[in-house]
Amino acid sequence: MMKLRFASPEMLVDINEIPDLDYHRIDDDGSIRVGAVCRHADLERSSLLATRQPTMAAAAPLVADPIVRMRGTLVGSVCHADPQGDWASVMTALDASIVAQGPNGRRSIAVRDFVRGPFQNALAFDEVAVEAVVPAPKGEPAGGYLKLERRVGDYATVGVAVAIDRVGSQVSRAGIALTAVGPATMAADAAAHALTGRPLTTDTIGEAAELAAQAAQPKTDHRGSADFKRQLVRVFTSRILTGLLRSEEEAA
Amino acid sequence: MTSLFQEITPGAAQEIPVREITVMVNGERRSAVVEPRLALAHLLRQGFKLTGTHTGCDTSNCGACTVLVDGRPVKSCTMFAVQADGHDVMTVEGLAGPSELHALQEGFKEEHGLQCGFCTPGMMMASKALLDENPSPTEDEIRWALSGNLCRCTGYQNIVKAVMWAASKLDGGDTEPAEVDS
Ligand SMILES: Cc1cc2nc3c(=O)[nH]c(=O)nc-3n(C[C@H](O)[C@H](O)[C@H](O)COP(=O)(O)OP(=O)(O)OC[C@H]3O[C@@H](n4cnc5c(N)ncnc54)[C@H](O)[C@@H]3O)c2cc1C
Ligand code: FES
Ligand code: FES
Repeated sequence: MMKLRFASPEMLVDINEIPDLDYHRIDDDGSIRVGAVCRHADLERSSLLATRQPTMAAAAPLVADPIVRMRGTLVGSVCHADPQGDWASVMTALDASIVAQGPNGRRSIAVRDFVRGPFQNALAFDEVAVEAVVPAPKGEPAGGYLKLERRVGDYATVGVAVAIDRVGSQVSRAGIALTAVGPATMAADAAAHALTGRPLTTDTIGEAAELAAQAAQPKTDHRGSADFKRQLVRVFTSRILTGLLRSEEEAA
Repeated sequence: MTSLFQEITPGAAQEIPVREITVMVNGERRSAVVEPRLALAHLLRQGFKLTGTHTGCDTSNCGACTVLVDGRPVKSCTMFAVQADGHDVMTVEGLAGPSELHALQEGFKEEHGLQCGFCTPGMMMASKALLDENPSPTEDEIRWALSGNLCRCTGYQNIVKAVMWAASKLDGGDTEPAEVDS
């Protein structure tokens, strides 16, 4: 932002050297906490996410390129609130929140309220984000993240995050959020709602994919036309959910 | 002590809040007085005259400026020089021994892994980080590790071969020309 002259802050505070903020861990209650200095690369290599949080595990290797992932952080990416940022969608689909700390102590802000618009977040000027918290799943977590990029390291043309929890074959909770198809990260709540309380079937998947496409507000630009991007949302939503349905059928 | 803004008149320099930093560069302790906004890439090039580190884009896209910071690959245009204070930095100049090229440098020479050479320092440093962690990578793993480094000349084939050559040399193995899928 500074190099592009979008921002020229008088002072920068480097949080990299603050000890013990590089963690990501799972608490006894099943919630996952990611510290402010935990890098994308740490999440990409995480065995915890690989076994416990499929949507995050799917997204981590798709953010930027391997060297950029050595420095960039999940919390920084959510703070950055880029409509093309991958983590804000993943965190929105998971109903995650950001813990902010300021002179009056800590408060927790749901990511969907935290991301206010392009490059705007809900932090007060005297607050920092210390961690992201993904609430414990309400069942067996499943999901995925799909992203179309023109080349490695490019921002998404379109990204779709799907995170569901299942009890048996019933979907007990669902979240769907979209990257790069609106003025901010887009929560596709109607699409998620269409899945909740029902089993995954080709019908419910079709309905959710259609509603997700309707929730997108893409613009035509150098990455593609609005229609193309809307179609990608439909296809990605359906592809992730169909994959989950297949693995359910195979397990049965 | 390197002062990076020698060209600024002493009066003006006083108005700029400068910091004194000490960085281990290629095993040598180096100090510098820098503006906080200075990128590490520019400290290396202009301050320490280590011009092997190239800057192609200055926006963290191309990877030409890749160096190792505490052993991890970092695009040095992404980091401020002050953030390297107290840390260990290795640039392409740190690869060769006093009389011998590093296996990666030899590999790039043997396999014709460069044309204009602009991307090469970054390619080598990213490859060094890979080989330090994974001494016998597959072709896919090499392509993955170098996917944040752009080359406008070679089409990448010979770069991948060069890294395979270096891996097998470091492994004490033979250095027959590597085969890669095209
Ligand atoms: C070449 C390139 C390609 C990229 N591609 C992608 C991509 O495909 N997808 C993607 O999602 N991202 C991408 N990114 C962005 C990358 O993921 C970074 O992680 C992201 O910009 C955040 O970086 P950071 O964690 O270093 O935070 P910084 O860059 O340091 O900070 C970003 C903003 O958030 C604020 N901030 C950071 N941390 C905190 C905190 N703890 N509390 C309060 N405010 C904070 C900062 O003040 C700043 O305004 C790319 C970046 C580059 C350079
Ligand atoms: S100059 Fe640093 S990545 Fe291009
Ligand atoms: S050799 Fe010219 S850019 Fe790679």
